[in-house]
Amino acid sequence: MSDKTSLLDARGIGKSFLGIMALDGVDFTLARGEIHALLGENGAGKSTLIKILTGVYTRDRGTVALDGEDVTPANVAEAQALGIGTVYQEVNLLENLTVAENLYLGRQPRKFGLIDRREMRRRSEALLSRYGLSIDVDALLSSYSVAIRQIVAIARAVDLSGKVLVLDEPTASLDSHEVEMLFSVLRRLREEGLGIIIITHFLNQVYAVADRVTVLRNGRLVGTKKLAELPRLELISMMLGRELQHITREHQAEAETIAPTAEAPIRFAGYGKRGSVAPFDLSVRPGEVVGIAGLLGSGRTETAFLLFGIDRADSGTATIDNKEIALSSPEAAISNGFGFCPEERKTDGIIGDFSVADNIALALQARQGWSKPISSREKAQLAESFIKSLDIRPPDANRPIKFLSGGNQQKAILARWLATNPRLLILDEPTRGIDIGAHAEILKMIERLCAEGMSLVVISSELEELTAVAHRVIVLSDRRHVAELSGDQLTADNIMQAIASSARLEAAE
Amino acid sequence: MIHSRNLPFVTTLGIFVIAYALCVLQFPNMFSTRVVGNLLTDNAFLGIAAVGMTFVILSGGIDLSIGSMIAFASVFVAVMVNSLGVHPLIAFAAVLVISTIFGSLMGAMIRYLGIPPFVVTLAGMFLARGAAYLISTQSVPISHEMIDAIQGFYFRFPGGGRLTALAILMLAVFIVGAFVAGRTRFGANVYAIGGNQQSAELMGVPVGSTTIGIYALSGFLSGLAGIAYTLYTSSGYSLATVGVELDAIAAVVIGGTLLTGGVGLVAGTFVGILIQGLIQTYIVFDGTLSSWWTKIVIGVLLFVFIVLQRAIIWYSNRKLAESRLREV
Ligand SMILES: Nc1ncnc2c1ncn2[C@@H]1O[C@H](COP(=O)(O)OP(=O)(O)OP(=O)(O)O)[C@@H](O)[C@H]1O
Ligand SMILES: [Mg+2]
Repeated sequence: MSDKTSLLDARGIGKSFLGIMALDGVDFTLARGEIHALLGENGAGKSTLIKILTGVYTRDRGTVALDGEDVTPANVAEAQALGIGTVYQEVNLLENLTVAENLYLGRQPRKFGLIDRREMRRRSEALLSRYGLSIDVDALLSSYSVAIRQIVAIARAVDLSGKVLVLDEPTASLDSHEVEMLFSVLRRLREEGLGIIIITHFLNQVYAVADRVTVLRNGRLVGTKKLAELPRLELISMMLGRELQHITREHQAEAETIAPTAEAPIRFAGYGKRGSVAPFDLSVRPGEVVGIAGLLGSGRTETAFLLFGIDRADSGTATIDNKEIALSSPEAAISNGFGFCPEERKTDGIIGDFSVADNIALALQARQGWSKPISSREKAQLAESFIKSLDIRPPDANRPIKFLSGGNQQKAILARWLATNPRLLILDEPTRGIDIGAHAEILKMIERLCAEGMSLVVISSELEELTAVAHRVIVLSDRRHVAELSGDQLTADNIMQAIASSARLEAAE
Repeated sequence: MIHSRNLPFVTTLGIFVIAYALCVLQFPNMFSTRVVGNLLTDNAFLGIAAVGMTFVILSGGIDLSIGSMIAFASVFVAVMVNSLGVHPLIAFAAVLVISTIFGSLMGAMIRYLGIPPFVVTLAGMFLARGAAYLISTQSVPISHEMIDAIQGFYFRFPGGGRLTALAILMLAVFIVGAFVAGRTRFGANVYAIGGNQQSAELMGVPVGSTTIGIYALSGFLSGLAGIAYTLYTSSGYSLATVGVELDAIAAVVIGGTLLTGGVGLVAGTFVGILIQGLIQTYIVFDGTLSSWWTKIVIGVLLFVFIVLQRAIIWYSNRKLAESRLREV
């Protein structure tokens, strides 16, 4: 290990946007044959550092050396030519192109000066097969799920990277199996001597795959350490600059305050849609958090779509306070006091040129009707309170939201739905892409909302998170509700078992 | 298997074949090489310009300067050849250089000053028209033995139709255009930018040079269309070809290219041109209809296509949702 020479060497990198210091004198070194995690809270400057190294932004200060030679890539193409392949946090490739065209954009195989489509298809299939993916590479990218798109993006970047591979939150939409596959590819590339930078908010994954870690806080370097010698708690306090308050299951006590006999005011009976989710019963009491667990594709998101009227149920009834309601559209759901914070916030949620305050006020405004505008003072107060409670950074309500870091944008979208003070709030993966400090804040906020009598449905692939916040967890498998766990039964192990045993049942059938 | 992105093209082709068959049922004479030959010749200049417009729209932009540029090119060539006695080939070369530079400047402004294409090319439209007026406000006839030779050149089809030099030029432009769009890296970059400029940039597409290239190509092809127009009418006139950019846009959209960019085919634009030509031919054959019917039918077709495109987007979204459900 001692003969590892540094492959990429960045010194004293500085960058400011509109007078805000995003990076301030950051040093970063990447060795040949190492996987290097880059960590920090939302807005710490991780993506900015990546973009400087890969030619998207020009640095204000500092030097970057690749293989001992000073480099200053002026754009992504130049960085690619230097052997740096990147998956950016916000990129989902091009939906209007086929999978093969996406994989080989800018470097298509050619014959007599013309693109050789057959060769491109052949290579694409070979490339994706290494990720266990055998799909029609001539189909449009848009016809595939987010997870597949993410794998395609990773495959492209890996293929492009002769020396350095950069992955900015690559695992956000992957399930554990796909993450494992990605990691085995990364380990193989490490053997081949590649330098790999990975950004993620999942600490488990950091410890599973990375050799060293560099932590940024508020645009400054906190330190670079070997992971083998770094206890988890110390890493967390490096990131936060303080100790993380322990998340306890204090609500367990509160659970008893919900009278078990009380009639649930919001009820779905035999609710379902053919080809989407099998009919299920669901009732939610005020102040209750119902968790939904299951593997990717088990029907979690589809259940949310049904509850919020995005998809129309073809069986069953929905009742509120014993009155039957028709959830024929999201508008209908909103007017019944429902709120929904979707999984694909990155692409669906934000209006980039609007300010943070406007983005937060949007759903509330829509619910009040556009004829009754929210006054700018109200809006400012609203924004102020959420910026504080969710720790949105920078704390500037008037900044266009597109200038915020990815995780801070997500917090603002969450704030949008919280602001409507809904009766039933459906959260699909509420903490994905959000740093560990804000993660705890969000879980606390969920508990506070419950105490105020709001009902919540939380969908999450993080079982620890579900067991921490939910009073009851419904387990989905193969688009059916297969189990319901509560009380002492509610542990991550039991959820896993419920998923596994139903899968085994199906295999036996 | 028809991929959904080729669906608009297939639909257009179907509409053309059916419409042509209906025309032939009513006027059997329309099924002749003569009609086809004339149709190609009459629409040659529009077709050439529409190829350039296809690239612009595929990239998510628009070029409003085309009609003015055609007029400018035709007056410029006519005055050079007729009043100044310059050899036509030199005049052609000069006008192609000017129009290409003009287009690249517009592309550079769009890219580096961040001004929307609509505004930049609107300014270009006024500029080119003004420059044409400056050269001459009269219709300038052109005659030169070489021009006569080009005009007199044709292949004879069986059945008496003529494949003229203009028609050959247009077909060549379409074929080259289709190869550039479908089989070169430049073409792939055009689709990429039209799909999502920011993503394209992060994937390493040279957005700057490609944007300049797109508008340079459109400028070049409007210059070439101007030359074709001069040959077609044997004159140059600064008041001519007003609104031709809109006819070109119509041909592109009817040909199945999405106005928002990223989806479409050069071959579709060819069918779009054929459909417009077919309507004109039908009106000529009928003899009683006003030529304004062309505009009305094109208007209706545009509506049909925009609705069709919406339907396709809706359909592919639904398929997407279904495919998500299928995987586990
Ligand atoms: N293009 C931009 N214009 C203005 N400010 C920006 C821009 N990009 C980033 N910033 C600011 O720079 C800071 C660092 O952002 P960056 O995206 O690097 O954070 P990050 O560490 O990647 O966070 P996350 O985990 O949320 O993705 C933030 O305060 C952000 O608001
Ligand atoms: Mg980031």
